Amino acid sequence: MQSDPDIVVIGGGNAALCAAITAAEAGARVLILETAPKPYRGGNSRHTRNFRCMHSGPLGPLVESYSEEEYFADLMKVTDGKTDEHLARLAIRSSEECLPWMEEHGVRFQPSLSGTLSLARTNAFFLGGGKSLVNAYYRTAAGLGVEVLYEAAVTHLELDGDLVTRVDYTHEGAAKSVAPKSVVVASGGFQADTDWLARAWGPAAKNFLIRGTPYNRGIVLADLLEQGIGQVGDPTQCHAVAIDGRAPKFDGGIVTRLDCVPFSIVVNKDAERFYDEGEDVWPKRYAIWGRLVAAQPDQVGYVIIDAKSLELFMPSVFPPIKADTLEGLAEKMELPPESLRATVDEFNAACGDTSGFHPTELDGVSTTGLTPPKTNWARPITEPPFYGYSLRTGVTFTYLGLKVDETAQCSVGDRPVRNLWAAGETMAGSILGQGYLAGFGMTIGTVFGRIAGKEAAAHAN
Amino acid sequence: MQIDFLNEARRQAEICNACRYCEGYCSVFPALHRERAFSDGDLTQLANLCHNCRGCYYACQYTAPHEFDLNLPKILAEVRQESWKDHAWPRGFAELFDRSGVLLATGLVLGFALMFVLAQTLRPESGAGFYAYMSHNLMVAVFAPAFLLPLLAIAISLRGYWRTVGGGSLRLGDLWEATKSAGRMKNLTGGHGDGCNFEDEDRFSQARRHFHQAVLYGFLLCFGATSAGTLMHYLLGMEAPYGFFSLPKLLGVPGGILLCIGTAGLAWLKTKADRNLGAPKAWGGEMAFVLLLFFIGLSGLVLYAATGTTAVGWLLPLHLGAVLSFFLLTPYSKMAHGFYRMAALTREASVSRPAPVQALAADTERANRT
Repeated sequence: MQSDPDIVVIGGGNAALCAAITAAEAGARVLILETAPKPYRGGNSRHTRNFRCMHSGPLGPLVESYSEEEYFADLMKVTDGKTDEHLARLAIRSSEECLPWMEEHGVRFQPSLSGTLSLARTNAFFLGGGKSLVNAYYRTAAGLGVEVLYEAAVTHLELDGDLVTRVDYTHEGAAKSVAPKSVVVASGGFQADTDWLARAWGPAAKNFLIRGTPYNRGIVLADLLEQGIGQVGDPTQCHAVAIDGRAPKFDGGIVTRLDCVPFSIVVNKDAERFYDEGEDVWPKRYAIWGRLVAAQPDQVGYVIIDAKSLELFMPSVFPPIKADTLEGLAEKMELPPESLRATVDEFNAACGDTSGFHPTELDGVSTTGLTPPKTNWARPITEPPFYGYSLRTGVTFTYLGLKVDETAQCSVGDRPVRNLWAAGETMAGSILGQGYLAGFGMTIGTVFGRIAGKEAAAHAN
Repeated sequence: MQIDFLNEARRQAEICNACRYCEGYCSVFPALHRERAFSDGDLTQLANLCHNCRGCYYACQYTAPHEFDLNLPKILAEVRQESWKDHAWPRGFAELFDRSGVLLATGLVLGFALMFVLAQTLRPESGAGFYAYMSHNLMVAVFAPAFLLPLLAIAISLRGYWRTVGGGSLRLGDLWEATKSAGRMKNLTGGHGDGCNFEDEDRFSQARRHFHQAVLYGFLLCFGATSAGTLMHYLLGMEAPYGFFSLPKLLGVPGGILLCIGTAGLAWLKTKADRNLGAPKAWGGEMAFVLLLFFIGLSGLVLYAATGTTAVGWLLPLHLGAVLSFFLLTPYSKMAHGFYRMAALTREASVSRPAPVQALAADTERANRT
């Protein structure tokens, strides 16, 4: 770009691309500064898979209808009411017009398969997943003349009163600056900075795995918060699930998820149980296990199942550890064998009639007189070979972020920053205080990305 | 089969099975997701179902530099190539696959030479058109076995393949499904109908699918022309040369043109595409095969245009030499892919009628994972 662009978009994921495309279509000259190298572009959006969408009738791949009220009620359930109703309803209402927009800009959805009403109704799945969405948006953006710099790490936004006057970044080993008319921040949360996580969580956070991109280090977020830009959310709040303990430190994504907990007992490193594994169906409970495991010594858990449960859950990326005896399994998993034997014996003795066992619904097959109890799917662990997985806390994203209004605009003190907007994970805390609803992150990113792009372009033009 | 390839394919398939984002691209993924563990036969079948459209590679969040290092199109291409070698008949010819580029060139030279020699030394005393240069009976004596023996070899190979992948009794309905799929190149549509990723990284385009269809239908038209000529000769006593408004020419001319356009297009795309998403060792052989088909189409058309000129004297041996090479190498060159692909599609059709209940459970499971 010869002269300064009209708009700088910081970040290279879904929200950033929606903002850049919208702004470019409004006639603005847009520069995207993406800190990741090209193969890793797209932030956490690379790991996403669907978009939760309101609709009053069949829409694209979605069947039947999904009303604003139902959508909002679903959201309230998972966030325990910690939701900004005004912004949440804005995101929900706008989602309906987003889906056709996404298709027009290259996103392709999985056709709904027959007989899949429950989810083909609420969530539209990206064909090929989030990286294919990201690829499509980069193509579209390039066609609109949007310039993209990879490995361009923004270090500082110079704030003069209520105006951002300069964006500093490094690129190809050199410090550079640019002075755009408008700036959109869409650079995600800070979860990849484990020091920051540790400051919020305590030293236990050093043992957490980060499910997504290693590039969401919150550098821009920290820079803006230090300068008094409006903040929202609790730094200790993050979306965390229990994932395979053998997953890589970063970027393991979907394949490291384990779905076997309801059919297992889960013990800590002392081979003791610590929570009801059968409390509810797994999709409703998996998100709490991230915190449960985080509260155990060394932030690690061990799932133990026997042969009869092996095929009741989706396969995951690593094969289970396997042994013909419980003691053998304990040794392979570095658990105290006698303690594991005692825990399993105690659990088995507390199991009752298992004839009502049903793997996909709450079957009430529970233990008696055991603490903690297992209230569903409680079958004795008796049938060799025995299998085990280790569990660790996997952080998906953090909630601490930039506070925005319904135009996605950031504020300083009690007034808006005239040329600064935020979209995506970095402002999701403005809507969600805690909890998470599948596919809602992409809804926030798309809706607020488009709003930010439109507002930023209107200011620049 | 090289164990390394199978083990690597197994490693990758297990990762894919834990993700399932690519479900809609092609037939490979529904087939893959039906399994929990992958036998060598399963992997061989998946490899032959894969049309190398590359959609899954560009959509994959786990490709290098990610430590999971997925490259499913490549490893399936390697397994596919190996599986053809494994099932080659006679066994001793298996290694020809690795050298098919060189082999095609050698075959061509020998084929040309043979044809020239036959044409010169055994020139008929009478005969019109081509038969002025080479008698009909001589052509038949050379080409009938050159056509039938490779067909026999392919048939034996396919029987072995069918056993490897655990195929049951062959049903016409499944064969029809496979034919429809291949006829539309359904597996190169990308699932969404925008085509596949090939010549320009993650951009979807119909170029490869359409060029391939030109080759497929061009080849079938040419084959139809030859068959029509054969029937006219033997059943109706109508001898070549035929006029333009005859079945052999009406089929053969458009067929030859389509074949030329399609093969030229495919060769051009092949130079644009990333070689590391296929079996690198097979690239040369595949390219040689595409160019051979182009040469057959072109020399056939030129030969027709040259009817009545003395150029036929050298054009005819060139054309026939190329056709002879093509026939003889069919079981040991890229041409084999068509037969294996049909077998794989037929096998897939026979097992891909999921019970509605299973589909429901699988989808609910998929949707609930974040």
